[in-house]
Amino acid sequence: MKLDDKLYLVRFNTDKLSHIKIKDPSFCFNNCQDRVCTRVCPAHVYDWDEEEKRIAVGYEGCLECGTCLAACTDKNIDWHYPRGGFGVSWKNG
Amino acid sequence: MENFDVIVVGGGPAGLSAAISAAKAGMKTIVIERGNYPGTKNVMGGILYTKPTNMVVPDFWKEAPIERPIIEQRIAMLSGDQCVMASHRDPAWTTEPNAHSVLRVKFDRWLSQQAEKAGVMIIPETIVEDLLYRGDQVAGVRTGRGEGDLGAKIVIIAEGVNNFLAVKAGLAKPLHPHNVAVAVKEIITLPKEKIEDRFCLEEGQGATIELYGDSTAGIMGTGFIYTNKESISIGVGTLLQPLIQQKWTPNDLLEHFKAKPYVKRLLQGGETKEYLAHLIPEGGYTNLPKLYRQGVMVVGDTAMLMNSLNREGSNLAMISGMSAGEVAAQAISAGDTSEQMLAAYERKLRDSFVLKDLHHYRHMSKFFENNPHMLKIYPEIINHAAGMYLTVDGVPKKQRQKEILRMAFKRRSIPGIMKDIYGAWRALL
Ligand SMILES: Cc1cc2nc3c(=O)[nH]c(=O)nc-3n(C[C@H](O)[C@H](O)[C@H](O)COP(=O)(O)OP(=O)(O)OC[C@H]3O[C@@H](n4cnc5c(N)ncnc54)[C@H](O)[C@@H]3O)c2cc1C
Ligand code: SF4
Ligand code: SF4
Repeated sequence: MKLDDKLYLVRFNTDKLSHIKIKDPSFCFNNCQDRVCTRVCPAHVYDWDEEEKRIAVGYEGCLECGTCLAACTDKNIDWHYPRGGFGVSWKNG
Repeated sequence: MENFDVIVVGGGPAGLSAAISAAKAGMKTIVIERGNYPGTKNVMGGILYTKPTNMVVPDFWKEAPIERPIIEQRIAMLSGDQCVMASHRDPAWTTEPNAHSVLRVKFDRWLSQQAEKAGVMIIPETIVEDLLYRGDQVAGVRTGRGEGDLGAKIVIIAEGVNNFLAVKAGLAKPLHPHNVAVAVKEIITLPKEKIEDRFCLEEGQGATIELYGDSTAGIMGTGFIYTNKESISIGVGTLLQPLIQQKWTPNDLLEHFKAKPYVKRLLQGGETKEYLAHLIPEGGYTNLPKLYRQGVMVVGDTAMLMNSLNREGSNLAMISGMSAGEVAAQAISAGDTSEQMLAAYERKLRDSFVLKDLHHYRHMSKFFENNPHMLKIYPEIINHAAGMYLTVDGVPKKQRQKEILRMAFKRRSIPGIMKDIYGAWRALL
């Protein structure tokens, strides 16, 4: 089963405001070799945009696990919880 | 500003247990939870242990939304398509349960209703953004709502593994790839008769399987399969650091696990209903945060109270929460919420299995981190040895046994094996 199809099953109450921001996009291009955020995120929220030379963030699919924050040891991700009542809302848990 | 005796941040098992014990001791207690209601943000495998939960809500399992009492637990080593397995089964655990499978959205909601019955007020859809201080003393919380400051004599931080508030308060360090595991899981529905047939269960009984080795491509962690009433919980969890190094994505690893012949057959015909992700704290005893200071205590996953080897987390969360709630009530009743007074919380955990178990396994994470071959080579050796031993081809058994030893020593030298046994002994026993 493809990840996109799995994410389609998840219930979200999506906020209009993004809760994720890359602090310094040029750092990702110039200084980050591995770009672990593009692999470790269980929802593939981070994608390397080769044309724009930056990380594209699809915050709408975020499962709020916190993995990206622990993984980006350069601390280049500004992430806070979606506002109360917004974001992922599990059906089973 | 409205004032309370105890404010609990987070409505998971740790926070709700803390609130129940504080409220039962007469404290004016609230729980602030960021989800629509307690449970909607929470994920676990999930096996819930009966005795510790009974301490929070006596005989809970007779009315709580639980899935199945666990009567059989299997542990397996996977290598390629091969599998060696051990299991324990006791049908007596149907009526005298030791553990149940649960789904956290339902269970946490029910536990929050028990908290309400005990007099706790639950404030959902609200995020605590920071603590408030009076001098050095924690004096309340700032929430994301307008006019959102709330005062408290004691704040209990039960925010789960993502320890933002504990870090802000200077009690904990930010998470690091070495001290967390990332887990992904699916809920796959199957008719209950199918589940009972496939897992050899009588009606209503449940089983668990933990699989090591190739289930996680040899990365430190496990694959797990638990039976619910009409679904299977299946997932993989691995330490973050080796996952990064070996360039797996969590979802690819889960698909790799689901494709194993043994696993595939158990899931056949099932339909995936949900895909979930969560972190697990793996820092162990040597990475415990500071558990308390003036006016504040840290409980559950935020306190890194997790024993992964025995799949125990929710129980440590509940016992730590309960202890913190009791200490909060004692301190408030005595009119003294100083650091010295709250030290009683840590003493309680040290006197109980909670910190005794973490202390017992204190060398474990370092051992596995320094010996990443353990879950690669040994599942291979064990499966290969079993395969050779069971092959009937006219080779005399004595010769076969020698061949097995030669095979093992080819994969890992004699001194290497001795070192591994000594290390594992020290880490686990
Ligand atoms: C995949 C997986 C499988 C597991 N399997 C098992 C198992 O089989 N058995 C077992 O015993 N344990 C298991 N565990 C561990 C267990 O889930 C945890 O140890 C347990 O949930 C910890 O409880 P807690 O209350 O400390 O944290 P949580 O359950 O994470 O609760 C934290 C709560 O705080 C809320 N919150 C967080 N921040 C804020 C804020 N700022 N403001 C308001 N609310 C906030 C969250 O929404 C959440 O409700 C598993 C864990 C995972 C991830
Ligand atoms: S891991 Fe951090 S620094 Fe690297 S690309 Fe991702 S966000 Fe940028
Ligand atoms: S919190 Fe989890 S799901 Fe959300 S972006 Fe980070 S890694 Fe991805």
